[in-house]
Amino acid sequence: MEQAFFLLLAAVAVTAALLVVLARNPIHSALALVACLVQIAALYVLLGAPFLAVIQIFVYVGAVMVLFLFVIMMLDVRKEAQVRFLRGPLLPGLVVLAVLAGEMIALLLHSTRLHAVMGPGQPVLEQPSVADLSLLLFQEYLLPFEVASVILLVALIGAVVLAREDGASAAKAARKEPRGAAR
Amino acid sequence: MIPTSWYLILAAVLFVIGGAGVLLRRNVLIVLMSLELMLNSVTINLVAFGHVLQDLRGQIIAIFVIAITAAEVAVALGILVALLRNKHSLEVDELTVLKG
Repeated sequence: MEQAFFLLLAAVAVTAALLVVLARNPIHSALALVACLVQIAALYVLLGAPFLAVIQIFVYVGAVMVLFLFVIMMLDVRKEAQVRFLRGPLLPGLVVLAVLAGEMIALLLHSTRLHAVMGPGQPVLEQPSVADLSLLLFQEYLLPFEVASVILLVALIGAVVLAREDGASAAKAARKEPRGAAR
Repeated sequence: MIPTSWYLILAAVLFVIGGAGVLLRRNVLIVLMSLELMLNSVTINLVAFGHVLQDLRGQIIAIFVIAITAAEVAVALGILVALLRNKHSLEVDELTVLKG
């Protein structure tokens, strides 16, 4: 039963991921990525990490992807989508990807050390609870947690500064505008 | 009971698809989205290993990855908006300001 669920989720996730890369319209890509991220959240539930699944949906689907969709719709990039792939030969990139994929699949299938770590898939004894997770996060990993919050604050300020118009050019635009409007 | 190698293979497949998006697509927005996909595939690995080894640290690191990704996307989209305002282009092969 679990395996059937996993196969269903994995198939949808891979299809959505292919759609992200192949879609012509950036909005379609973003929506396919939302679908893929929801599948991955469901996989976290299968892995016994329901809290992480909720975080994934809140942060990725709720915040990050909505930000992406806002930017896509605000910038009106539909005319940019005529040429999907880079100009020039695509062969070097494809070779790099093929080597990467071959390496990873070979490692996963044939590495004895990895299989020694993973074992034959023993049944899980007891599911760790959210309380255990929070204790570990707020005791052992308290400093990284605070650093992450500082990083988020810095990113917030940086995004505002970057996306704001320049003081000088904004003033120029404001000076130009009323004259044009009066005519 | 799902074998752990299934999770790892799924993560590898998603990672390669995301890498294809980063290496081959022309639109900066799609490149950023493919980057998200690659980060997510790595997070699957972390959580899968945490599950097998009965260790919560995989989930902790996954939470940090998600938080840092949110920060990265905010800054990247800010840069992108500024870039579009100055260069009127979103295509990676036309953005060669740093080339000198």
